[in-house]
Amino acid sequence: MIIAQRKPLEEIKEMVASYEKVLVLGCGTCVAVCFAGGEKEAKLLASELRMARQMEGKSTQIIDHTIQRQCEWEFIDPIKELVASVDAVVSTACGIGVQGMAERFEDKPIFPGVNTTFLGMPVQPGEFVERCQACGDCILDLTGGVCPVARCAKSLMNGPCGGSQNGKCEVNPETPCAWQLIYDRLAKLGQLERMMEIMPAKNWSTSRDGGLRKIIREDLKL
Amino acid sequence: MSETPFEPEITAFVCQYCGDMAADSAGWNRISYPANVKIVRLPCTGKVDVHHILNAFEHGADGVYVVACPEGNCHHINGNLSAKRRVTYAKSLLDEVGVGGNRLEMFHVTAAQGDEFARIAAEMTERIRALGPSPVRRAMGKSSG
Ligand code: SF4
Ligand code: SF4
Repeated sequence: MIIAQRKPLEEIKEMVASYEKVLVLGCGTCVAVCFAGGEKEAKLLASELRMARQMEGKSTQIIDHTIQRQCEWEFIDPIKELVASVDAVVSTACGIGVQGMAERFEDKPIFPGVNTTFLGMPVQPGEFVERCQACGDCILDLTGGVCPVARCAKSLMNGPCGGSQNGKCEVNPETPCAWQLIYDRLAKLGQLERMMEIMPAKNWSTSRDGGLRKIIREDLKL
Repeated sequence: MSETPFEPEITAFVCQYCGDMAADSAGWNRISYPANVKIVRLPCTGKVDVHHILNAFEHGADGVYVVACPEGNCHHINGNLSAKRRVTYAKSLLDEVGVGGNRLEMFHVTAAQGDEFARIAAEMTERIRALGPSPVRRAMGKSSG
């Protein structure tokens, strides 16, 4: 899922300082599951903003609402009237949701309430870790199901580097070395010979380097 | 400055198995505690949500505290530990807002400890009295008392 983190209150307060009526709009999918911008978090942020503004003697017309997803028109469109009734929106969805809202409501200021941080998973309650960088050409079949793009600090295709020590990464001794993980997993799979194969340079044109990415599926078009 | 001394409004979220029964114990034993404390009974302090805590402050509470069973003794195994973590998180939000995390506290009692329940109520009332009205309540323009 997409993992995000709430922005500091001070930053959000600043963004909406000149607007009277503000809607805090939560998103009920990825950011709800990582507890950054779901229904509860939108309520908390709205409550924090109301208190902070009350203490500054400002308008406290801050309401909250949550839709299932802010990255699909069918969920955005039904709240047209609600959005029309406020001066600005703080979206606690990921950057995709914020842009979806901004595209749909061109004349309404839409502000990001969270920092979209990475694609990952909760490895245990309260701990979220990056797993994929959406490189557009998945090689997990070659690396024992461990991603060297996202999990190796240097995104090495032929690791480990000389800094791998006791299974840890030299960039951060708390992070497991991705190539150690790959080695261990390949060993379990009985595929250690893969470590001897030289992986050719990866074609990054499918990743960010090729500019904006787009997928067209004629079969899904209306 | 107002002539009448400031009487804090305090909300206590209590578990029905310990905090609430301790409040009863205080009653049976004729132990009085400050009337400033308004009790919200919960099936377990594991039910305390950060939002409930902020809500109390938003609506004018000067202080809030949570009374749970002693650690290792929760009727629902670890609801009190969840509450403890949430109280810590709520304190950080209250600091962020400028209300002050020290207006919120977590306590543990057993059902029989009526005296301890009363002592906690007195301690929190004193703490909040010393801190003065919450900045939110002050901004609401509510009179103190
Ligand atoms: S807007 Fe972002 S957080 Fe919400 S569902 Fe879509 S991708 Fe997930
Ligand atoms: S190889 Fe690419 S697509 Fe596959 S997990 Fe890694 S970053 Fe994601």
